[in-house]
Amino acid sequence: MTAASGAVAPAEPERARVPAAARAVVLVAGNPNSGKSTLFNALTGSDVKVSNYPGVTVTRTTAVVELDGIGPVDLVDLPGTYSLTARSQDEQVAVDAVLGRAGMRPDAVLIVADATALGRALYLAGEIIDTGARVVIALNMVDEARAQRLAIDEARLATDLGVPVVPIVARARQGLDQLRQALADALNTPTQVPRTVTLPPLAERDVASLAAVVRRELPGLGHATRAWTTWALLSIDDAPPDELVSVPAAVRTAAHQIRRAAMRDGRNLDLEIIGARYERVDRMVSQAVRPPDRPAPRWTDRIDAVLTHRVAGILVFGAVMLALFQALFSWSEPAIALIERLVALAQGGVSAVLPAGPLRDLLVDGVIAGVGNVIVFVPQIALLFLFIGVMEDAGYLARVAFVIDRVMGAVGLHGKSFVPMLSGFSCAVPAVMATRTLENRTDRLLTMMVLPLMSCSARLPIYVLIIATVFGPAARIGGFISAGAVALFAMYALSVTAALTAAAVLRRTVLTGPRPTLLLELPPYRWPVASVLARTTWRQVRSFLVDAGTIILALTIVMWALLNFPKHSDPGADVGAQVRASVAGRIGHLMEPALEPLGLDWRVGIGILGAFSAREVFVSTLGIVFDISDADETNQPLREKLGAAAKADGTRLFTPASGLALMVFFVLACQCMSTVAVVRRESGSWRWPLFMFGYQTVLAYVSALVVYQVGKALGFGA
Amino acid sequence: MSLPIRSLATLPLGVHAVVRAVHSSRAIARRLMELGLVPGTRVQVTRVAPLGDPLELHVRNYALSIRRADALSIEIDEPLS
Ligand SMILES: Nc1nc2c(ncn2[C@@H]2O[C@H](COP(=O)(O)OP(=O)(O)OP(=O)(O)O)[C@@H](O)[C@H]2O)c(=O)[nH]1
Repeated sequence: MTAASGAVAPAEPERARVPAAARAVVLVAGNPNSGKSTLFNALTGSDVKVSNYPGVTVTRTTAVVELDGIGPVDLVDLPGTYSLTARSQDEQVAVDAVLGRAGMRPDAVLIVADATALGRALYLAGEIIDTGARVVIALNMVDEARAQRLAIDEARLATDLGVPVVPIVARARQGLDQLRQALADALNTPTQVPRTVTLPPLAERDVASLAAVVRRELPGLGHATRAWTTWALLSIDDAPPDELVSVPAAVRTAAHQIRRAAMRDGRNLDLEIIGARYERVDRMVSQAVRPPDRPAPRWTDRIDAVLTHRVAGILVFGAVMLALFQALFSWSEPAIALIERLVALAQGGVSAVLPAGPLRDLLVDGVIAGVGNVIVFVPQIALLFLFIGVMEDAGYLARVAFVIDRVMGAVGLHGKSFVPMLSGFSCAVPAVMATRTLENRTDRLLTMMVLPLMSCSARLPIYVLIIATVFGPAARIGGFISAGAVALFAMYALSVTAALTAAAVLRRTVLTGPRPTLLLELPPYRWPVASVLARTTWRQVRSFLVDAGTIILALTIVMWALLNFPKHSDPGADVGAQVRASVAGRIGHLMEPALEPLGLDWRVGIGILGAFSAREVFVSTLGIVFDISDADETNQPLREKLGAAAKADGTRLFTPASGLALMVFFVLACQCMSTVAVVRRESGSWRWPLFMFGYQTVLAYVSALVVYQVGKALGFGA
Repeated sequence: MSLPIRSLATLPLGVHAVVRAVHSSRAIARRLMELGLVPGTRVQVTRVAPLGDPLELHVRNYALSIRRADALSIEIDEPLS
């Protein structure tokens, strides 16, 4: 990736390019929903660099903006936040960036403040101003404030805060010139000792005594020492381990002692610090803002009266979710089919020009198939993020969480887990990416860990094939209900039950931590902006292609090698014989003792291995193993061959019991390397995807075992 | 931790009250206060989710949704008329 120097900025040609290292860095901070992304997009060109902060999964968006008299400046978007308090590494990244401890002391911080929720915005602004950074406040959404008949005296606010305040409407690109000018002016002024908030005397004494330790341990903080000290007092948890890194042990110990002493005296240090900040905020707001003499009518309340209504709210919720479902399942279908056709075309083309041999196979079945395996996800990812983007920008996503939180909360999930979980019915890969809408890391990880249990659309062909093989169209339960339909329904029911149960169990065991809760802002309803939507969707797709895509491509090539090497001794052997002789074939044989108690044999083992590159491959791999080319799940010869297949001992391979066991295995197993790859990317390490793969495999195996053994005992094993 | 006499969870819809104290566990109390629910702040429960939980509050001119369990540990003064 080229550095930000590749960004298209309207640079004047005669001005010398300033090297990236020497460019000023401006952080963009603000509350969630304050319009940060909108402003960022409006200020910067189309070329935005998205990367991660080193070591964590917080995405870091950087772009270049041109300022008069200064030249190009790096604008860095921070995650939306209500305060600088951090409870996890991820959040600390943003804090360290502001406090200048991330190896990147900001030259200025641009704070986006929602003019209609000024108090909350000024709380964060106060924390940042206290660090001694140069600050410019973009007072956004003044159009909405006007509509609410709030009169805001920006000049007064600027005087009280000691920093420039520029009213803007980011969405309509109003006030941006003044904002750029204010930024340029700020960058040209020297930093000053911050006018920090005054705490109650006892709290002041506590901060002073901790600050002495901080100064000794972290001598480089300068003006930010006091802000960092206050941050540490608020952030360091009483019950370690918290995830905060690079806080010296001496500071930790001192902070604990100070907090404990305060508690013994019946004082609440958190309250003293936060309370003092809000007191200052309240004073400023009361002087700068004149509330309306009569309240303006609120559209949002009227819409909410329907959308969160006891009956209508649930109906609309159902309809919207159905539409999302429909979009993921059907609207993506033509695009996926087209991609598959193009991949086949490319494979055909390469096969035609290259001579047969390992190189051709590598290109056709490894590389091109791998690229296909990656881009085939793009339609669903794009659709899902477009859908989520519309709901988020319109304000409905928060209402989805509001309406369904009761259900999700019952198993320890968050209202915002719902959309990712639902998307999991379509495909776990975009669904795992959709967990980005969850701010809390524990909530997010928990959702990711159970999401792959939702029965994705790639499992359907497997169910269809097995059901057709073992039940046949004529099988009926109780004389009229099709046994196949019941089995299919049972698989979906099992999938949902397993996901919710796993969430409840993991929340109590692996992902414990503070009591899960919901603190959810319900923003006003707004019209989404198409250009912003298009850009954010593209960013998500691109990050998938770059980060998860490369892993998926590599794994596809590995799978190809496993299925094709070593070569069969007879070069003229057919595909089936080749696969049986391959590493995968041997692993299949080795798996046989484990598969036998499930009523399955090594041939199914090869299919399960093949399915790892993509579940739908299970069907075609089985086809290859059973010497039927180009098989799909509706292929009659394959069904017949599977139905007639016998195990080594002469008994039938696919019986109702073993078929059910195999389906249960597929419902519960994390048989999908793309999911593993995307969880690796989203969780930031291999730990979580490996844990997920492990627990799901054990769960799947044990469940399949129970199903087969019970089924056999009941007489369905023949 | 004993329950406060009067909690936000018992405040009737649409009635204004003033926060007296936040008795939640440290992490949640800290976050609630950072979101503006410090003692002395005017607050109002404006809505209940269709399934009975969570609640929607109106505080400092914005809408915040919290679960009933958390509202229970927010102590309020007598409702304002
Ligand atoms: N009326 C109005 N709406 C705005 C303005 N700026 C942004 N919006 C809208 O506010 C909503 C939130 O804007 P975003 O840019 O997504 O906010 P954000 O701060 O990036 O939010 P997060 O991504 O959640 O951190 C969107 O629907 C925007 O279209 C503005 O000046 N006036």
